[in-house]
Amino acid sequence: MSDLLIGGEPEIDPSAPRLGVLRRYLRNPLAVTATVVLAVIVLACILAGVIAPGSPTFSRLDMVNAPPGGEYILGGDGAGRDVLSRLIYAGRLTLLGALITVVVASVIGVTSGLIAGYYAGVFDNIAGWAANLLIVLPGTIVLVSLFAVIGPNILLSMAVLGVMFAPSFFRVVRNQVIAVKNELYVDAARVSGLSNMRIIARHILYIVRAPIIILSASIAGAAIVVQAGLEFLGLGDPATPTWGGMLQDAYANLYTGQHLLLPPGLAIGITVGSCILIANGVRDALEGDESTRVRRPRRPKVRSQQSRPRPRTNGVPATAADNGALLSVSDLVVGYDTDTGDTKNVVHGIDLTVERGQIMGLVGESGSGKTQIALSVLGLLPAGGAVREGAVFLHGVDLAGLSPRQMRQVLGRTIGYIPQEPMSNLDPSFKIGHQLTKPMRSALRISSAEARRRAEALLERVGIPEPRRVMGSYPHQISGGMAQRVLIAGAVSCDPALLIADEPTTALDVTVQAEILDLIRDLQRERQLGVLLVTHNFGVVADICDRVAVMKSGRIVEERSVHEIFDDPRDPYTISLLASTVEGAPLRAPLTS
Amino acid sequence: MATFFLRRTIAAVVLLFAITALAYVLIYTAGGNIARNILGELATQEQIDALTTELGLDRPLVVQYVDWLRNAITGDLGISFFTGTPVVDSLATRLPVSLSLVTLSILVSTVIGVVLGVTAAVQRGWIDRGMQIFSVIAESLPNFFVGLVLVSVFAITLGLFPATGYIPLQDSVSGWISTITLPVTALVIGSIASGAQQIRSAVLDVLKKDYVRTLRARGLSEPVILFQNVLRNAAPPAVTVVSLQFIGMLSGAVLIERVFALPGLGSLAVDAAIRGDIPVIMGVLVLTAIIVVIVNLLVDLAVTWINPKARVQ
Repeated sequence: MSDLLIGGEPEIDPSAPRLGVLRRYLRNPLAVTATVVLAVIVLACILAGVIAPGSPTFSRLDMVNAPPGGEYILGGDGAGRDVLSRLIYAGRLTLLGALITVVVASVIGVTSGLIAGYYAGVFDNIAGWAANLLIVLPGTIVLVSLFAVIGPNILLSMAVLGVMFAPSFFRVVRNQVIAVKNELYVDAARVSGLSNMRIIARHILYIVRAPIIILSASIAGAAIVVQAGLEFLGLGDPATPTWGGMLQDAYANLYTGQHLLLPPGLAIGITVGSCILIANGVRDALEGDESTRVRRPRRPKVRSQQSRPRPRTNGVPATAADNGALLSVSDLVVGYDTDTGDTKNVVHGIDLTVERGQIMGLVGESGSGKTQIALSVLGLLPAGGAVREGAVFLHGVDLAGLSPRQMRQVLGRTIGYIPQEPMSNLDPSFKIGHQLTKPMRSALRISSAEARRRAEALLERVGIPEPRRVMGSYPHQISGGMAQRVLIAGAVSCDPALLIADEPTTALDVTVQAEILDLIRDLQRERQLGVLLVTHNFGVVADICDRVAVMKSGRIVEERSVHEIFDDPRDPYTISLLASTVEGAPLRAPLTS
Repeated sequence: MATFFLRRTIAAVVLLFAITALAYVLIYTAGGNIARNILGELATQEQIDALTTELGLDRPLVVQYVDWLRNAITGDLGISFFTGTPVVDSLATRLPVSLSLVTLSILVSTVIGVVLGVTAAVQRGWIDRGMQIFSVIAESLPNFFVGLVLVSVFAITLGLFPATGYIPLQDSVSGWISTITLPVTALVIGSIASGAQQIRSAVLDVLKKDYVRTLRARGLSEPVILFQNVLRNAAPPAVTVVSLQFIGMLSGAVLIERVFALPGLGSLAVDAAIRGDIPVIMGVLVLTAIIVVIVNLLVDLAVTWINPKARVQ
């Protein structure tokens, strides 16, 4: 029955902060408006007897299809009844029907979902099977068929519709229960002697309440549409005014009473729209800040001094002789747009130089801005982030002055990138061979066969025993260590001069880490690469770096050769970092501040 | 792959059994009412009993179902209580109308939905905002109301299209187009909106992935990354969305066929439901279930073919 559901099933992230969901919801003007509108509609229907100008069923022959604006504000219908009065009364049955659908669907779905998720086993299998069966049925066709059996009883039809919507609740609740069932805090509750019922009530219903609200609102909207459809087809209760029934009347009088069409149609539209906006509002509030709009990154301003000749030599800058430094970062400021429209800087003016044949370590705690520097060099800061001041020079060429096409050439040929998480950095849909050869063919303009030959040689070089088999494998078929070797092979495949390695060993097993570092070191020596190695681990720095820059809160506090830093750290932050990470380091000085 | 196909086919057959059996249980409980419906309010109890016996509705549930099933397997779905025509014949004349409506609609809505969804995800900004607003509005309005407005404006007021009726494709291409344009428009607006939304979020999900950044870091161009990597990875959820929309359109077509007086399965079902024509309703249900099962099977195959992980398992 999900075919009629608007927006699909909500995904929930149990780690998202629950606090302030209501506050975030109330700060969303669209959602608040929708809530108010829906409340007004519900109130108007409940108080129909008080606010409706007349009777919904009283017919006057002189008012048949009377145009709006006269005695009847919205005109008269095909039987001479007041459209406005009918509109207000009609909401009653419509909203009641939607309520029945939501109640039936949520009671069946939540209960069965809780049981299936908590106890699993046979019940879970049967319920899951039934849910799959119900979810593929086209709702309106089933309800039309059922009419032959249950007759013109719209509320019973809506209850049946509720059964057909139950799988949506079932799936959300069941999956959530399974997700939290084995969480430590639920174990703790069990150990401390709470009954299963209390655990379910306290922990699980608490977590699924927002998704239940989202689903309820979506299903209420869908139910109103389905109900109106049934009534429009003449399968409703002809004695009671309904919005769908009014549309049927409008259809019958389409040539003479076109004013009959809009009032019920808009009533449905506004009510359903409010439900959708409420569901969206809760979803946005639940997802928290992440869902707030991400602005497009501003294009970095091209400075006027960019009149210098632009290199067009396969990405190897022509002005290499101008400046000996392979990579030179000067006075770099990286900032992100915030919700309030301000900019928050995460890197505050740093200078950094990497020479050819040198491994520069960039070390610091997480959040110190070291990855931001690496991504700035690549020109791949996430949306909302940009280089605000300063520049990145490659062989003396300001990368900000390059066209996107030139920047792609630089990325393809001059800079190699080794990411942190090996598995998430390979495209799951393509074979390794394809992922290795595609950049080579694009950057080096070589044939497919030549690219495959080189890829095999590269894989062999990075220590993969059966290159051919791995080339024909998908990423999920190889191990994390192997995936990282593949990514290293990819990084050096187009013979770059500079390697950017962002925590290349963090996600790997300890035994694999040393091998990967050795590999990077060997490749660097073989090819005389300059390497910018981002890490939080002084052990890694000690292993392979020549120089090291220590970062704290977006600034470089100390930048010297590795020997100097280890033998004679000067900055207090460096000293405390070393003391906390390196075995056998001098005892930590007592905290003074 | 063969075992996968076999397993899905068996599941599909089980689904068909379950749907028809469930329908029979419901119809059986309504037994007496059916003859009363047919004969009208003035019929005597004797007349009702006589008709019930004549239609075989007084036999035990299992006997009725097995009898129906035995015939159904040989392609005989019985004879309409009212018109006396074989149900299979009615279905055969109605199916092309509904299928042409739904198939054309799913093509149109998929193409437009994908273009809109991908554009909104890639461009963001005002295009994205505009699409969100369009989505909420389009999803709020029932498709048959949209149909009524279209008839009112384009057929009655402007006279650009015929208000009702259907001309088969084989009779006249231009006639078919003129009779199918408004129904298709009414049917696709909502699914374009919801489809574009879901494709947008599928594309956004993929764009956030680490491997997209790595592909960029390898110097590949944005169009290459978008059309080869991003769309490929966004395809499985998109295919599922399209299949759900197809099933949703079968439902929606029931209403749209009524608005435009198209002689399709939907109007057959509505007439049969109002008259209590059980064989016809069973026929429509079985045919719908078969269509749903085929669509789901195709989608499973498509997703398996796209997603290497599913393929290996």
